[in-house]
Amino acid sequence: MAVRDSALNTGQQQAPALFRAGQTVRDGLSLILRTNTGRIGFAIVAVHLALALAGPWIAPYPPTDYHLDARFSGPSSEYWLGTDEFGRDVLSRVLAGARSIIWISVIGTIFGVTLGTVVGVTSGYLGGKIDQFIMRIVDWFLAIPSLLLTILVINMASQRFSNIDHSWIIIFVIGISFMPNNSRVIRSAALAIKPLEFVQSARLRGEPTLYIMFREVLPNVFPVVAVEATIRLSFALLLTAGLGFLGLGVKPPEPDWGLMVSENADHLGTVPWAALAPGLAMASLVVGINLLADGIRQAQNLPETGE
Amino acid sequence: MARFLIVRLSLIVVTLLAVSIAIFTLIELVPGDAAQVMLGQQATPDNLRNLRAQMGLDRPPHIRYFDWITGAARGDLGESAKSRASISGIIGGRLANSALLAGLAFLIAVPLGLTIGVWVGTRADTKMDRFLTMGGLVTISLPEFVTGVVLILILSSTLKWLPSSSIMMPGESILGNPQVLIMPVLTVTGALFAYILRMARANVIEVMGSNYVRTAILKGLPMRTVIVRHAIPNALLPTITVIANNVGWMFGGLIIIENLFSYPGMGSLLISAINTRDIPLLQSTAMVIASVYAFSNLAADLAYGTLNPRVRLA
Repeated sequence: MAVRDSALNTGQQQAPALFRAGQTVRDGLSLILRTNTGRIGFAIVAVHLALALAGPWIAPYPPTDYHLDARFSGPSSEYWLGTDEFGRDVLSRVLAGARSIIWISVIGTIFGVTLGTVVGVTSGYLGGKIDQFIMRIVDWFLAIPSLLLTILVINMASQRFSNIDHSWIIIFVIGISFMPNNSRVIRSAALAIKPLEFVQSARLRGEPTLYIMFREVLPNVFPVVAVEATIRLSFALLLTAGLGFLGLGVKPPEPDWGLMVSENADHLGTVPWAALAPGLAMASLVVGINLLADGIRQAQNLPETGE
Repeated sequence: MARFLIVRLSLIVVTLLAVSIAIFTLIELVPGDAAQVMLGQQATPDNLRNLRAQMGLDRPPHIRYFDWITGAARGDLGESAKSRASISGIIGGRLANSALLAGLAFLIAVPLGLTIGVWVGTRADTKMDRFLTMGGLVTISLPEFVTGVVLILILSSTLKWLPSSSIMMPGESILGNPQVLIMPVLTVTGALFAYILRMARANVIEVMGSNYVRTAILKGLPMRTVIVRHAIPNALLPTITVIANNVGWMFGGLIIIENLFSYPGMGSLLISAINTRDIPLLQSTAMVIASVYAFSNLAADLAYGTLNPRVRLA
């Protein structure tokens, strides 16, 4: 735990400089671009975002169109990455798949990190019985392996609430499964801020508890939140793709990277690109995000030893 | 130590009871029941009512929960809604296979990751260090199914050395066909190894920068002694905690890898129980996975306590 605490202290000293109003975005960007790792990560993620946004315009075919006369075809001038068993264009499907996975992961991460931050700051700042109670609940959550819990909840929710768009169910589940670990990290960050003078003087001024929690404590745990969110985003991508791969994510025939890998894994001998392309797209995006997270961590001198 | 064990074991019992309620509830909330699954097309209202009465499904949920959990405590998990085979029997074999896969990967990845991690940690910022750290980051970022697909592509589709899946004929055992283990074990090992390497490296670098290590160097101890006697013990502790805390993450990886290779373990059993809507099997499989998880967490805590005199309990 000593390691974690030293991590927080470094983050906390830099916090005021980082979060002067209005500079957040520019500062964040300069933080990312300060190290080589961050720059490479930024470039990879930027390319992915650009391709995801431009996808519908540059994709040669609609992602769910069957070309039954061209099933299992290798890369050609007509189909750059070949086709799958239904003759669907692999390139178009990979491009379209970027949108759904990025959307689900980003919203899921925002939901989970927000939830975790609110729970963590509340628990850490209020302390005492409330803190103990909240942390017990968090312990219960962690008693089940998170992918198992995720699978059971999705299995239940997708059959019980079949009228709800499946991506919202995944987003909800990502958020819930991130809350426990996330709130623990944020809580220990809040604990380190609580005894500091500016928080105590706000208390003596008689500021309302909510004001202190969200206007005094929260901005100062923000660097930790930022690193957490970046790491969680790569977890969210892996989780979304993993669920897709297991057949519990986005439903066919929608293009989903994980689902595409599992659909085409049996045909590796004939059309390797059909499984390899979505797999590599997935891998490069996660590598990019992890490099980004590593860059931020290096620039802020947060050690890697925490989680 | 004995007292600590008793306290922790009774805590596990309480935790597992809570987990079992959560699992039972989550599966209870799924529309449909085992009787519908068993009858399938022949599910007339009469048939359904009879079968439900026969299986005791018409009883209220808390009675059925109690039935399941007392049966589980005796080792009787009931029978599968699909194959009518004894669930304890199915799970027994699957559990052994999963343990074999995870155990082998652990045996390879932990010593290798720790050794190489410590080694590059003492050579921070050399070319080798940069190469391994970057390589490690890329390996960690690869989803298990991508590593697996690449392995299949190379070892199976191209070189034709290994079968692409681990499907077993009935009666065949994994130990009789060790070649089907190679790719799943390699896939699990890959990510685990890279992760441990990075953790060990980061912790060694941090410890090497600390005051007591500087003192040891300045008082003229040979570098070897400083690293082996002073730095490594303190660097390994947080590394091991992190590994222990991530047992759950490894469980997730196993579920995906087993499904990719159709490896006959708990992870593929879980997904096939979901796909065939075999409710009793799903319930018990989930419960067994959660129990193994709880006990491996305990084992990790015990290992940590043994290594760290500060938390050694009585």
